[in-house]
Amino acid sequence: MQHKSKMAGADGDDSLYPIAVLIDELRNEDVQLRLNSIKKLSTIALALGVERTRTELLPFLTDTIYDEDEVLLALAEQLGNFTMLVGGPEYVHCLLPPLESLATVEETVVRDKAVESLRKISQEHSPVDLEVHFEPLVKRLASGDWFTSRTSACGLFSVCYPRVSSTVKAEIRQHFRTLCSDDTPMVRRAAASKLGEFAKVLELDYVKSDIISLFTALASDEQDSVRLLAVEACVSIATLLPQEDLETLVMPTLRQAAEDKSWRVRYMVADKFSELQKAVGPEITKNDLVPAFQNLLKDCEAEVRAAAANKVKEFCENLPEDSRETIIMTHILPCVKELVSDTNQHVKSALASVIMGLSTILGKDNTVEHLLPLFLAQLKDECPEVRLNIISNLDCVNEVIGIRQLSQSLLPAIVELAEDAKWRVRLAIIEYMPLLAGQLGVEFFDEKLNTLCMAWLIDHVYAIREAATCNLMKLVEKFGAEWAQNTIVPKVLGMANDPNYLHRMTTLFCINALSEVCGQDITTKQMLPVVLKMSNDQVANVRFNVAKSLQKIGPVLDSNALQTEVKPVLEKLDTDTDMDVKYFAQEAISGKYTTLSIFFLYEVASLGPRSKWPILYVSERSTMCPAECVSQCER
Amino acid sequence: MTPLAPLLCTTMSAISATEKVDGFTRKSMRKAQKQKKSQGSSQFRTQTLTELSPLPQLKDAPSTEQQELFTQKLQQCCMLFDFMDSVTDLKSKEIKRATLNELVDYVSTNRGVLVETAYPEISNMICTNILRTLPPSDNPDFDPEEDEPTLEASWPHIQLVYEFLLRFLENPDFQPSIAKRYIDQKFVLQLLELFDSEDPRERDFLKTVLHRIYGKFLGLRAFIRKQINNIFLRFIYETDHFNGVAELLEILGSIINGFALPLKAEHKQFLMKVLIPMHTGKGLALFHAQLAYCVVQFLEKDPTLTEPVIRGLLKFWPKTCSQKEVMYLGEIEEILDVIEPTQFKKIQEPLFKQISRCVANPHFQVAERALYFWNNEYILSLIEENIDKILPIMFGSLYRISKEHWNPTIVALVYNVLKTLMEMNSTLFDELTASYKSDRQREKKKEQEREELWKKLDELKLSDAAALVQNNSHGLQNAAQNINNNNNHHDNQEKSTAISVDHEDPVVAMDTTEGVEVVTSAK
Repeated sequence: MQHKSKMAGADGDDSLYPIAVLIDELRNEDVQLRLNSIKKLSTIALALGVERTRTELLPFLTDTIYDEDEVLLALAEQLGNFTMLVGGPEYVHCLLPPLESLATVEETVVRDKAVESLRKISQEHSPVDLEVHFEPLVKRLASGDWFTSRTSACGLFSVCYPRVSSTVKAEIRQHFRTLCSDDTPMVRRAAASKLGEFAKVLELDYVKSDIISLFTALASDEQDSVRLLAVEACVSIATLLPQEDLETLVMPTLRQAAEDKSWRVRYMVADKFSELQKAVGPEITKNDLVPAFQNLLKDCEAEVRAAAANKVKEFCENLPEDSRETIIMTHILPCVKELVSDTNQHVKSALASVIMGLSTILGKDNTVEHLLPLFLAQLKDECPEVRLNIISNLDCVNEVIGIRQLSQSLLPAIVELAEDAKWRVRLAIIEYMPLLAGQLGVEFFDEKLNTLCMAWLIDHVYAIREAATCNLMKLVEKFGAEWAQNTIVPKVLGMANDPNYLHRMTTLFCINALSEVCGQDITTKQMLPVVLKMSNDQVANVRFNVAKSLQKIGPVLDSNALQTEVKPVLEKLDTDTDMDVKYFAQEAISGKYTTLSIFFLYEVASLGPRSKWPILYVSERSTMCPAECVSQCER
Repeated sequence: MTPLAPLLCTTMSAISATEKVDGFTRKSMRKAQKQKKSQGSSQFRTQTLTELSPLPQLKDAPSTEQQELFTQKLQQCCMLFDFMDSVTDLKSKEIKRATLNELVDYVSTNRGVLVETAYPEISNMICTNILRTLPPSDNPDFDPEEDEPTLEASWPHIQLVYEFLLRFLENPDFQPSIAKRYIDQKFVLQLLELFDSEDPRERDFLKTVLHRIYGKFLGLRAFIRKQINNIFLRFIYETDHFNGVAELLEILGSIINGFALPLKAEHKQFLMKVLIPMHTGKGLALFHAQLAYCVVQFLEKDPTLTEPVIRGLLKFWPKTCSQKEVMYLGEIEEILDVIEPTQFKKIQEPLFKQISRCVANPHFQVAERALYFWNNEYILSLIEENIDKILPIMFGSLYRISKEHWNPTIVALVYNVLKTLMEMNSTLFDELTASYKSDRQREKKKEQEREELWKKLDELKLSDAAALVQNNSHGLQNAAQNINNNNNHHDNQEKSTAISVDHEDPVVAMDTTEGVEVVTSAK
C-alpha cells in the first residue's frame, strides 16, 4: 500500500521534480556537499520510492564510485541500512553491486565498512538469494586481482557458510583455504584474523581436517604480523575441539607460539593467556601452560612481561583447585617476586594492579609470609603508579589479613602520593580516601590523614579541590555528623575568611556537599550564618555562589530559618549590581528546583566515583540545579 | 638486463621544509636536553655465553691455515652480547670487535679469500648478528618528525657486521651464483623488515646493502619490488608506521630510473596503487622528497602517466594540513617542470581549480607556494598557451584575494599575478572583471536554491513519515523515524549548547601550571 502512495507522490507532485537535482548534488564539486547528500541518502531514497531507488539511484551509485574516501565511507555505511528502502528482503540483493565495488577500494576504513554492511544485509537474504546473489559475490571478491577484494572476502565467508548447500559449502572452504596461503601478507592477515570466526561455523570434522592445517600454516608464517593473529584464532579453535584432540592438534602450535622469536607473538600469547587457559582446560594448563607462563613472566622484552604480569591473578584464579596452591607457591610466586624489582616500571605497575588479588587465593598465612613483603616493597616503589595500584586494591588484602599489617608502610606512601607533583596522581589517591578511612578507622584517620584531606581543599588545581569536597562528604557519611562537627566543619568554615576568593568559594562548595549529611542542626547553627555573611563578599562569584548554596541547603533548613534569615539575604542579592548574582538569586527565590536538588545531592552521594556518574541520568530529571552541579564537578 | 642507477648521494633535506613552518619551538628542541636513548635488540637468547679467547692474527698465519682461521673467526663472531649491560663481558666484546675489524679488512684487501666453503660460514655469521626481531619501541607514540630515535645498543658490533656484509658483496671475487643459496628470498625479507629500525645509521647501511643485492641478484629483483610494495601498502593502510620509508623510496628511485621502456603494467600499477596513495601517509615530510623523485622519474619515462598521477594527487589533496599542502604544491611544480604541453591540456582544468583554491588559502604559506608557480618560466608559457581556459578558473579567487587576504605579501603577489594574466589576454580579463559581481550573485542564488531544496525534501520526508506511521508500515517507518530522531537529536544538541552558554557561571579557576583550568580572574 504505502509503496503505491509514495510512487504517486514521486510522479505527480511538483515538489519532487528536484530529485534529479538531488542526484546531481551527489556529483557536486564540493566534497562537503557530496558528503551531505550521501549522508541524506536515505531521505533521497525515501522520496524516490522503492522502485526508483532500485532502478535509478542504486545503478547511479554503483557507476559513480570514484570519490573521496570520506564520501565512500558514508555511502558504505548508509547502504547497510537500506534494505527497507529498496523494498525489503526480497530485493535486498540490489544492494550488492555498489557494496561489492566499495569492498574493493584501497582505503581500509571504507572497505571494512562495506564488509560490515555486507555482513549485515547477508542476514536479510533468503537462503536462495544467498546462493544466487551473495555467495557468487564472495567468490568474485575472493578471486579478485588486487589484494583489497581478497581481503574483504575473508570477512564474508562465515556469514554465508551456515545457510548454503553442502556443495557451495565445499567451495567456500576451498576459497578460504586459498586465501590463507595468499602470497600477499595483507590477505593472509585478514584470513588469519577471521580464522577463529570461520572455524566456529564449520562442522567439527572440517575443523579438524581443514582448519587445523590452515591454523598450523598461519602460525608458522614468515611474517610475525600473521603469526600473532593465529594466536587469537587458537582460542576459538581450542574451544571447539574435544579435549582429547587438543594435545595433538593445537598444543604443538601453541607451544611454538609461546617461544616465538618475535616478541609480538609472545606478547599476544601473554595477552590471551586467560582465554587460552580456559580453552585448553586444567590438565594441559598444569603440564604446559604453567611453564610457558613462567617463561613469559621472565621474557627478555618488558612488553611481554607486562602483559603476562597483568594476567597473574586471573591465571592463578583459574588454576585447578586441587593443585592451585602448590603451583602458585612453587612456580608462579618466585617469578612474581622477581617482577617486583623489575627494571621496567610498566611491568611493575601491571603487577601491582593485580598482585593484591593473590591474597584471597592464597589465604591468610601465605599472604602474611610471602605476599606482604612484596606489597610493602611495592608501596615504597619509586614509581607513583605502582604505589597507587597497590593502594587502590587494598580492599582485597583487607578481607584477608586486615589493613593494619600494612598501615606503617601505607602512611608514608599515601602522604607522598598526596603531595605528588602530578595532579592526576593526587586525584587518584583522593578517590581512595573514603575506602582507606573505612578500613583504617577513625582514630588512625584523625591522627594521620585528616590534615591531608584539608590540604587538598586549597590545592591549586580545581579538579583536586572539587574531589576533596566530594571526599569530605563521603567521610562524613562514614564517620557521622558528630565527627564532622568536631573535626572538619570548623576548618571548612574558617576558610570563609581567607583572602583568596577561590578558597572562600571552596567553603561554599563544601557546605553544599556537607549540609545534607551533617543534618539540620549543624547546617542551621554553624553553616548558615557563614553563608549569609558571605553574601556581602566583594567578589561577585562568591555572592552568586552564596545564592546557589542557599538554594541547595534550603531543603535542609527549617521553614523558620528560611523565612527569617535566608529570604532577606536572597532578596538583597536580587538587587545586586551584578547580573549573574541577580540571576541566581532569582533562581533560588523561585525555588522550583528545591526538591529535586535534595534528591540530586543524595544521588551524588551514592553514585560513587565521579567518573562513573551517568550524566544523562542526571540531566533527565533536571534543568538548572543538577546540571550546574555536574558542570562544576566536570570542570 | 635493466641497468640500475646509482643511489642518490645527496641526502635530500626533507626536514628543512618542516622546520621553518612556524615560529613555535618544536617539540624536538624542547626535548633536546633529554639524553640519547639506546636499546638492545630483541634477541630471544637461547645460547649461553662463554668467554672468547683471542685467535692469532690472520695476516700472521701461514697461507695454508688462513682459510681455517678465517672460518674460526667467523664462528667466533657468532657469539652475541648484551650491550644493555655495559659492564659484563667487556673482554669478550672487545675481542669480537677486533676480530670483526680484522675480518672487514681481510675481505676488502685480499683476493681469493671468498672460496665456496666460506660462503655458508659468512652467511651464518651475518644472519646471526643482523637478522633479529626489532625490539618494541621505547616510545609507543614515536613520532619520527619530533622525537629522538632510539639507537641500537649493540651498534659497535652490528656496524662492523654490516660493513663486512658490504665488503663481501663488493668483493671482486664475489659470486652471486654461489651466494644465492644464502642470500635468498627469506634473507631479503628479513633484511627488509629491519628497515623499520629506529636507528638511522642502521637504515643507512641497509639501504646500501639492499641496493647492492638488487644490483647483483637478478633473480631477486621482482621479489624485492613486491615485498617493498607490501611494506608500503601495510604502511599506508594498516600501521601508519614504518621507519624506513624514505630509504626504501630512495632505492626505488634508482630502480625506477633503470626501468626499460615501455613500462610494464606491474610498474604502472605500483605507481598508481602504491606511490600515489603513499602521499596520504603519516609523516609525509620525512619521505616526500624521495617520493616526489620517484613520481617524477615515472613521468619522465612515460609522459602519458601524467594525467592519472595528477588526478590521483588531486584526489588525495590534503584538506586540513597546510604543511602537506605546501609539499603537494612543490611536487606539482616538479611535475609541471617536465610536463608535455599535450598532457597539460588534459589536466589543466581540475588542476587549476585546485591551484585556485590554494591561492585563496588563508594560510599564507600555501597561498605563497601556489603563487610562486607564476615565477616559473615554463609554467608561465603553459598558462599563456591556455589562458582562455585558465583565466576564468583563476580569476574569481585572485580577484577576491586581492581585496581580502590578510597578508600583505600575498596581496602584492596576487597583484603581480593578476597583472601577468591581464597582459596575456586583456579582453578576457576585462570581461571577467565586468561579470564578476553578477557571477557571484548567481552563485549565491544557486546556494539558496540548494538550501530550499533540502528544506523541501526534509518537509516531504516528515509528512511521509507521518503517513507511514498511520499506515503502520514497518521498515520504512523505522527508517523515517531514524531520520527524525537524528534531526531531533540535532535540535536538542543545539538547544542545550544555547542553555549552557547562557547560564554558565564564570569559570572557577586558579592559576595553575598544569593546564586543567582556564585561568580567569574574578570579576
